[in-house]
Amino acid sequence: MKRAPLIYTALIALFMLFLYAPAILLPVFAFNSSATIAFPLKEFSTEWFVMLWQTETLHGAARNSLMIAVTTAVLSTLLGILAARASARYSWPGQRPMMGFIMLPMVLPEIIVGVSLLVVILQLGFDLSLWSIVLGHVLMCTPFCIAILSSAFMNMDQSLEEASFDLGETRFRTFWKVTVPLVMPGIISSLLISFTISLDEFIIAFFLAGTEPTLPVYIWGQLRFPQRLPSLMALGTILLVLSLVLLGIAEYFRRKGAARTGQTDAGGLI
Amino acid sequence: MSEPMITLTGIDKFYGDFQALYDVNAIIEAGEFFSLLGPSGCGKTTLLRTIAGFEDVSKGDVLIDGNNMAGVPANKRPTNMVFQSYAIFPHLTVAENVAYGLKARGLSKADIGPQVDAALEQVGLTGFGDRASHALSGGQRQRVALARALVMKPKVLLLDEPLSALDKKLREQMQSELRALQREVGITFVLVTHDQEEALTMSDRIAVMFDGRIAQLDDPQTLYRRPVNRQVADFIGIMNFLDVDVKEGTGHSFELNIAGLGQVEIPSEQAPGGRGSVVGIRPEMLTVLTDGQSSEREATGEIKEQSYFGDMTYYDIKLDGVDTVVDISMRNSAGMPQLDVGDTVRVGWSSESVVLLK
Repeated sequence: MKRAPLIYTALIALFMLFLYAPAILLPVFAFNSSATIAFPLKEFSTEWFVMLWQTETLHGAARNSLMIAVTTAVLSTLLGILAARASARYSWPGQRPMMGFIMLPMVLPEIIVGVSLLVVILQLGFDLSLWSIVLGHVLMCTPFCIAILSSAFMNMDQSLEEASFDLGETRFRTFWKVTVPLVMPGIISSLLISFTISLDEFIIAFFLAGTEPTLPVYIWGQLRFPQRLPSLMALGTILLVLSLVLLGIAEYFRRKGAARTGQTDAGGLI
Repeated sequence: MSEPMITLTGIDKFYGDFQALYDVNAIIEAGEFFSLLGPSGCGKTTLLRTIAGFEDVSKGDVLIDGNNMAGVPANKRPTNMVFQSYAIFPHLTVAENVAYGLKARGLSKADIGPQVDAALEQVGLTGFGDRASHALSGGQRQRVALARALVMKPKVLLLDEPLSALDKKLREQMQSELRALQREVGITFVLVTHDQEEALTMSDRIAVMFDGRIAQLDDPQTLYRRPVNRQVADFIGIMNFLDVDVKEGTGHSFELNIAGLGQVEIPSEQAPGGRGSVVGIRPEMLTVLTDGQSSEREATGEIKEQSYFGDMTYYDIKLDGVDTVVDISMRNSAGMPQLDVGDTVRVGWSSESVVLLK
């Protein structure tokens, strides 16, 4: 293959630097013993991680975020399975506009979703709680789940389900014995991606959080105190690593699924 | 005669406004190798799927072994299907695939094992049980699909273009294996194919379908020798079509004046579609006569083109007095004189080899 001209390589390098340098700064300062975020660096230290461990309010926020993220992942993946399977297998009047409206939150500004949900929930007379955040997050995550699961269902040969039915299984058991195992890689990546989206979502959580903040909302609140900044860097580092690991696992399962059904690898996240 | 295995009566099938099947009637005998033959989109797969229970009929009845199948879903019918894509479960091993239907029936492991082994042996896959199914070749996948269906001991085995994905050599091998397997197990086979050669070599009887209708239902010999209309004649093998003047005969026969061939009287069996407007004759039923040879009937013509294929020679010959060019295929034998384009030759034929077509 011909070598790319040097200018292209330089441009790509610049682009990568712009994209990832801020993220790389997180761990750099997280392990720096200075209380101010500035160069030159002082010595290596894990004191900020220790400080995180000792902050009780942080634990509450982390627990809230985890509970919301797990619930959101399960609910939006379940909804995604139903919608993706229906749109891949059947056609009905108004299917395209209907699917379009379901996918819309992917491009809708989150602030609009956040504000309108807040108004609706308060007007209906409900209190803000973790459940109101879950509601908002499910709305945001379901389109992503449908996108992932649709390709899983579309890539599955429909005659596999017919073969199971033809061999005497019921439709319900066919779904569990044939359909679910074959789209499992899609289900796992859908769970992981919706979990990740929910975990670091800020705007909706900020509007809909009652008395219990999520992790991103807690971090936002702590930014007022300069002396806490290094510990937030440590927290950011933990979240960064966690997100990368989850995305890696999601991509692994997506590829494994593609290999098993004998497709060529077309696109993907990583 | 025993009870028919499948009786199809007046079947119509609509998809919205589109009608896929028109008044399909057919009787398929027990133990028969029956083929549905036709070009793509003729409704043959739809018909197979109505027998399997994947499609409801809009009108008419499907009877299998005397039982009306109306409202009986595919998983309760005594039929099993070999799919065009084979539909081997990729997450299961070969043995698990074959055992799938038996498990659904609720058989115990002890019962399933020997039956799976026997089925794999039947299709020549002994020892393949533990293989991962996604690592199989096309021919092996086909055999697994067969074993998976046969192990269910269905009354009817439905095959949806099972050989179309295989290369030519393997396809021919599988044709004879499939035929032999059918004789061995004695199950009624219903095969869907668009390959006329495949249908002719394998089937006891063939239903030729066009545009959602059965055009002709006959055994391979009759279908080839006595097609009912031009469409069927054209679809199965090669046929020369010649203009004809039809004079009504005695009622049991027709008097024909065939353009380029001449006068002939044929019995009504040679007009299976009734009084037609064109005459058909197969290329191998015409012979190029050499000096000293003679034939029941003769015409003359000029060689326009010839292609030598080793064992066969194919001629394009323009018959004298008409514009029609006929194809003639001749088996080459010792003593055949060398002929050239432009030569005038005598063409031999017989009255029983022509067929009057609609």
